[in-house]
Amino acid sequence: MGPLLDSILSPAFGFAILRIMTPILFPTIGVAISSLAGSINIAMEGTMLMSAFTGVIVSYFTKNIYLALLAGILVGVTMGFVLGYFHLKLKADIILSAIALNMFASGFTIFMLFLIAKDKGTSISLRSLVFPDIHLPLIKEIPIIGEILSGHNLLTYVAILSIIFMYFLIYKTRLGLRIRAVGQNPDAAESVGIDVKRIKLYSLLISGFFGALGGLYLSMGYVSWFGRDMTAGRGFIAVAASNLGGHLPLGVFISSLFFGLINAISIYLAPLRLPSEFTHLIPYVTTIIALTFYSIRMTRKKKAYKGKI
Amino acid sequence: MVAILEAKNIVKVYPNGVVANKGVSISVEENTIHALVGENGSGKTTLMKVIFGIEKPQDGEVFFQGRKVQVKNPHDAIALGIGMVHQHFMLAPDLTVAENLVLGQEPLKNKFVLDTKKAQEITQEISEKYKLPVPPNKKIKDLPLGIKQRVEILKVLLRNAKLLILDEPTSVLTPQETEVLFQTLRELKKYGKTIIFISHKLKEIKEISDKVTVMRDGRIIDTRDANELSEHDISFLMVGRDISYERVSASEAIGEPLLKVNNISFTNEENSPVLKNISFEIKAGEIVGLAGIEGNGQNELVEILTGLRKADKGELFLKQENINNLSPRKLREKKICYIPADRMKNGVAEKTTLEENFIVDRYCQPPFSRGFRLNWKYIEKYSKELIRKFQILAHSSKATVDSLSGGNIQKVVVARELSADPKIIVADQPTRGIDVGSEELVHNLLIDARDKGSAVFLISANLDEIIKLSSKIMVIYQGEIVARFDKIDGIRDVDLGHYMLGLKRGEV
Repeated sequence: MGPLLDSILSPAFGFAILRIMTPILFPTIGVAISSLAGSINIAMEGTMLMSAFTGVIVSYFTKNIYLALLAGILVGVTMGFVLGYFHLKLKADIILSAIALNMFASGFTIFMLFLIAKDKGTSISLRSLVFPDIHLPLIKEIPIIGEILSGHNLLTYVAILSIIFMYFLIYKTRLGLRIRAVGQNPDAAESVGIDVKRIKLYSLLISGFFGALGGLYLSMGYVSWFGRDMTAGRGFIAVAASNLGGHLPLGVFISSLFFGLINAISIYLAPLRLPSEFTHLIPYVTTIIALTFYSIRMTRKKKAYKGKI
Repeated sequence: MVAILEAKNIVKVYPNGVVANKGVSISVEENTIHALVGENGSGKTTLMKVIFGIEKPQDGEVFFQGRKVQVKNPHDAIALGIGMVHQHFMLAPDLTVAENLVLGQEPLKNKFVLDTKKAQEITQEISEKYKLPVPPNKKIKDLPLGIKQRVEILKVLLRNAKLLILDEPTSVLTPQETEVLFQTLRELKKYGKTIIFISHKLKEIKEISDKVTVMRDGRIIDTRDANELSEHDISFLMVGRDISYERVSASEAIGEPLLKVNNISFTNEENSPVLKNISFEIKAGEIVGLAGIEGNGQNELVEILTGLRKADKGELFLKQENINNLSPRKLREKKICYIPADRMKNGVAEKTTLEENFIVDRYCQPPFSRGFRLNWKYIEKYSKELIRKFQILAHSSKATVDSLSGGNIQKVVVARELSADPKIIVADQPTRGIDVGSEELVHNLLIDARDKGSAVFLISANLDEIIKLSSKIMVIYQGEIVARFDKIDGIRDVDLGHYMLGLKRGEV
């Protein structure tokens, strides 16, 4: 256990937590904003895959990182729009529609990958771009803290700033107020002339935007290639994280950080002589345990509330 | 006087074929409080929904301030100056009072950013203007019902409503809160507002309104000055026949004690004692009434009696038999029946048919089922018999429950429970929210059951009902029985009121 403890207490571990948290934090913000509007987007898995794939392919063909970013975001927002179209216009169940989108995204990206890279597994043969690492001036000079906070991928900083953006959006803007009102009592919102479907659509587009950033980070920062189903359940962990965080900015940040920590531990356990099947299991088992505790707490709360009435 | 609102020949047929308004014409004078009364299902809410643009009529015209108007949706109505305070509040519980008030017309600093300070100012201003104090920064979910309703009224006023429609505003309020609401309405009248007040509580209508329009069966029966009509007249117009408010005759044949409750105590999840040493007994042929303001432990007591909750201490007996902690099914097999207070939640499955609702507690016994198969032929015959006997207004025994009006849904519950040949009937608010006609029927059915030798436990917040039906009365306050009356003659509701409010304690 000695070497493991040493490595966990090193600044590199703190650095790893933030790095690993990034592709969870983005989709968690997306899920949270859609949940606040009362139409939860569980198509994050598919959205991330599509954007991750698009970013790699566009950057491979154009060698232009801005175009890759733009295309990835466009695809993510489109996923949100398609989900909104199924759910709000065609009145399909949002969960079933999202599952369909997730399956579509998984199959479609593998198919296209095979067409372009002649490989059903990864895009390593394609020379695609990555987003740059940023070294924070001044902060990087501070011992330990500098090592943890500085030198991350650009998108990791964007993710942390997104929390502030989310706070501002939902508490300080008209759209945010309307999103919350629609989520809590759609009839009330409608009765004062708010177009409920439009607000829900906006929230799905925003959640698609954050899903896209999560996907782009995976294939153009976290690693430098696209792999089949590379999201590995992060889109669903985001649903859990959003619930644990109460769909609110600070809660979302803390729960994402928590899942980042758990994932980092599972990676740091790998060199030990534990079966890798076991260490890979840790994040998912933790998700189930965390959700169980969360549900128990919520039930207690509800009961206490019922007792009051 | 000038009419602010006129509706002519409104016809509304719902997609399921129900004709809710059969050519209704109504004229509301400016600056009056106009009561719209009628039984459940008489079409008053439909008429208001048409005027407010929620429902589209097949025929008819609406005039507002002398001009013909087309109200296609609530937004149009609000723009004209018509506001509606719905029975179920249109408020977002996690938002503050100020946020709820400005929702839809939020003050902005630039194009997107909310001006929170301005929102609070707007709230203060409107609240002071109409003397309706509200806490601007509190969340809606932390406020009592009366204040929530005040926020709803302010919301309507903020949108410059000249005509306010209030749909059964008192049904959720305590008597004290109702009094405050009435002061508010009188105040609003002074500001030149016109108010349409939907209700079926006769006392309130007499107290607050200038004009009364009575609806029955989708038609307007009459519109008159309120002071020309007595409560009795109104109820006669509503139902089309006389209704008795006299105390019913006492039961003749009082038998042995059927239900015995011994020292029941219960402490809730928050560790506050909800029931403290409750003891009483009910004899065959008796109706024992439990009076009290809601939330004083009645719910928990009823749930314990019907097996939905376990008491911490104490015993229940059916005759000599201990029935502690039996499951609801076992209790039903022992002929203990339950008319729940919330009929939609605990009384019926609203999306299923009347037939299915009638047999939910007896489907597994012959002749309703044979082996594994249900005997639908018999079930249909049986259901039709119940529909006839309990005067349920339904076009078929295969109609779903949610196609019925509130009063008729309650009759479905009562029909199922009383047809089970009960020994003990726990009737929790059996006439809440139903019209006087259905109320009278339910009362008569309870009396019939009593005379057949059932023991009836009647829980009600409606003192008139308690006094009318009960052979004995108990008053509950903060989980304790604080008064018992074994002789009812000459008792008045104010006498009970003092005990209900905890101002007085009797010998118990």
